[in-house]
Amino acid sequence: MKNFKRLLPWILLAIAFFILPAILDDFRLNLFGRYFSLAITALAIDLIWGYTGLLSLGQGIFFSLGGYAVAMHLMLNTKSEAGGNGIPKFFENYGVDQLPFFWQPFWSPMSTLILLWLVPAVVAGLVGYLIFRNRIKGVYFSIITQAALMVFYHFFNGQQKLINGTNGLKTSTTEIFGQLVGSPDLQGWFYRITVLLLPLAFLACRYFTSGRFGDALIAIRDDEVRLRFTGFNTVPYKTIVFIVAGLLCGVSGALYTVQSGIVSPQYMTIAMSIEMVIWVAVGGRGTLVGPIIGAVLVNYLRSLVSEALPEMWLFVQGALFIFVVVLMPDGIYGWFTKGGFTRLLAAFGLAPRTATYPQLDLEVAPASEGRVISND
Amino acid sequence: MELFFSQILDGVSIGSVLLVSATGLAIVFGLMGVINLAHGEFMMLGAYVTFVVQSIFKPMGGVLFELYFPIALVAAFVVTALVGVLLERTLIRQLYGRPLETLLATWGVSLIMVQLIRSVTTAMIAAIVAGVLLGLLAVRFLAARFAEYPFFPYLRGVVWAAALGVGLAINGALASVRPLASAWFGPRNIDVTAPKWLQGSWGKIAGIELPGIRIFIILLSVALLLAMLWFLRKSVWGLRMRAVTQNRQMSNCLGIPTDRVDSITFGIGSGLAGVAGVGITLLGSVGPNLGAAYIVSCFMVIVLGGVGNLTGTVIASLLLGILQSVIGSGSILIAFPDLPASVKGVVEFFATTSMSLVLVFTFIIAFLQFRPNGMFPQKGRSVEV
Repeated sequence: MKNFKRLLPWILLAIAFFILPAILDDFRLNLFGRYFSLAITALAIDLIWGYTGLLSLGQGIFFSLGGYAVAMHLMLNTKSEAGGNGIPKFFENYGVDQLPFFWQPFWSPMSTLILLWLVPAVVAGLVGYLIFRNRIKGVYFSIITQAALMVFYHFFNGQQKLINGTNGLKTSTTEIFGQLVGSPDLQGWFYRITVLLLPLAFLACRYFTSGRFGDALIAIRDDEVRLRFTGFNTVPYKTIVFIVAGLLCGVSGALYTVQSGIVSPQYMTIAMSIEMVIWVAVGGRGTLVGPIIGAVLVNYLRSLVSEALPEMWLFVQGALFIFVVVLMPDGIYGWFTKGGFTRLLAAFGLAPRTATYPQLDLEVAPASEGRVISND
Repeated sequence: MELFFSQILDGVSIGSVLLVSATGLAIVFGLMGVINLAHGEFMMLGAYVTFVVQSIFKPMGGVLFELYFPIALVAAFVVTALVGVLLERTLIRQLYGRPLETLLATWGVSLIMVQLIRSVTTAMIAAIVAGVLLGLLAVRFLAARFAEYPFFPYLRGVVWAAALGVGLAINGALASVRPLASAWFGPRNIDVTAPKWLQGSWGKIAGIELPGIRIFIILLSVALLLAMLWFLRKSVWGLRMRAVTQNRQMSNCLGIPTDRVDSITFGIGSGLAGVAGVGITLLGSVGPNLGAAYIVSCFMVIVLGGVGNLTGTVIASLLLGILQSVIGSGSILIAFPDLPASVKGVVEFFATTSMSLVLVFTFIIAFLQFRPNGMFPQKGRSVEV
């Protein structure tokens, strides 16, 4: 049993790497590739929400920035997309004849590979530092990140001349290594890259959540004031973890973009960013396995429902939000690990009931949440 | 210059709608610590109630149609307030003290409300009513027998799942009946025609036209604000609300029925959103996605103004409305035609609706760097705000 537990991650990885490509058709494989790339975003959100208690509603910013970086590189290096001046065709529609300056670094593949995570990380660092420096936290943090998201959304949505506005950048018709990005062959490779990067992201998250640094994160989540009073400066911790999360989201967005075939401001809508949070909630926040399960499961469910009854998906999604928050706050993985399944069996007399301690009512009053030390 | 002032008037009227809505959001947040992301959908609901009332009154024509608007205002307030109370009693109540969770749960509610408006049919309403009644009856019946058993919570879950199945089946069965299965509103935008006395101009001041609709919205929000102030300062329930906002546990100890205060607060908050929704119908066509466009602005108003401060809310919402409309329309260029070319370029760059939002939100985030608690922070010696 112990050996099995140690081998399980390797088995799963092997299944994802060798068996899934063999048994699934191109379309399904591509879908799974997308789910796995979204799982990296889920891991990032778990890092800042599940471990540090910062509910960011703006991770779509970093996700899209990564996606745009890759898409810009692909656009520039495709002959069929090139218009008059050797710059992408869509610029002609808006009468632009010179490449905007920020497109320049994306000619080279090397600098693109660096920028696709560096730009999100820098933006995350900047946004994070400004917010954390002022000790904005809790729901205010969520609201401010949402506002930042709207800033980016409206900017990308409104700037046709710079970045093709609402239409976004289509990558499925671009070429790399002499092949169409949308071709099954390349998609298969993108799938494999995703499958290899997901465990790396997992290990990165485990590195940051273990040891002293991880303990500090959990302490920030549970009682930041107390941590501060014991002499910790919490700003660097929160900023670093926010940067890591932004970086992971950038990578995830880049992988998602090449596999979905387009990047557009739609990735920066309020809905998309909150949806990312629910993947973590469904899987189980505060664990590293949970978000991966959640992201894959919810998105698989989404595909199933949207294929059968497209108008039902919002109902299902809304119900999922309410169900998870009210009845399953620990998510699926947390429910199993915290003995939910055993309790279920015990309730029906199928397993011995465990004795529980009487619960102490230590809840803080709602309005004074986070105001444990009050002014009287 | 006249255009500039009429642009400011536009901004003030948009700001007034924001003000009404943000006031509702602010009292709910201040009192209950609940972040209601479905607040925008309550505005949408108010707009659709207006549409329904208008559709009822339209065939009557004449004087009656002219009178529909005040009725729509009352109807929108009552309907949204009732939905709000229902939401509070069933869902929000379970989540007190967990603001981040209320945020997620209310987002779920907002998704359901959007899709419900898009695809609501008579058959669906019948199925929902039947399913809920069936579920309630079954749970009550089973509770009489099994309430003591440890598996009862799970049994209840199974019953509700079964009720959902029955509801879906009823919906499916009724969907074959044509008149029952046609969508009430559909996903497209709807238009509300303002009564004649609102259309056109209400006179001139210093050569500037006063469009009836805009003036009406401004007056309406002023009246609502005064009513709200009176309610909070002078009425018994207002007193209780203020007491609970200040110290929930102490109020509870002194015999204030905090749960009823919560219900009433949430009802009033939602009702105000509904009334704001009525105002929005006058400004343009409305659709199921209306809520998303306003919710962030409402939160920005609260953050900028300072939580729990009505003066701050007033100033912040007017500021937001005016800036948005003046920058977005590019009327600075018309008002000051001889700006240097570089400034002109910058102004033109931001002279669209979406770019004006970029600028305004950036400005607010920058402002919070200097005043993290808004323009009028709550005073106190607490460590945390």
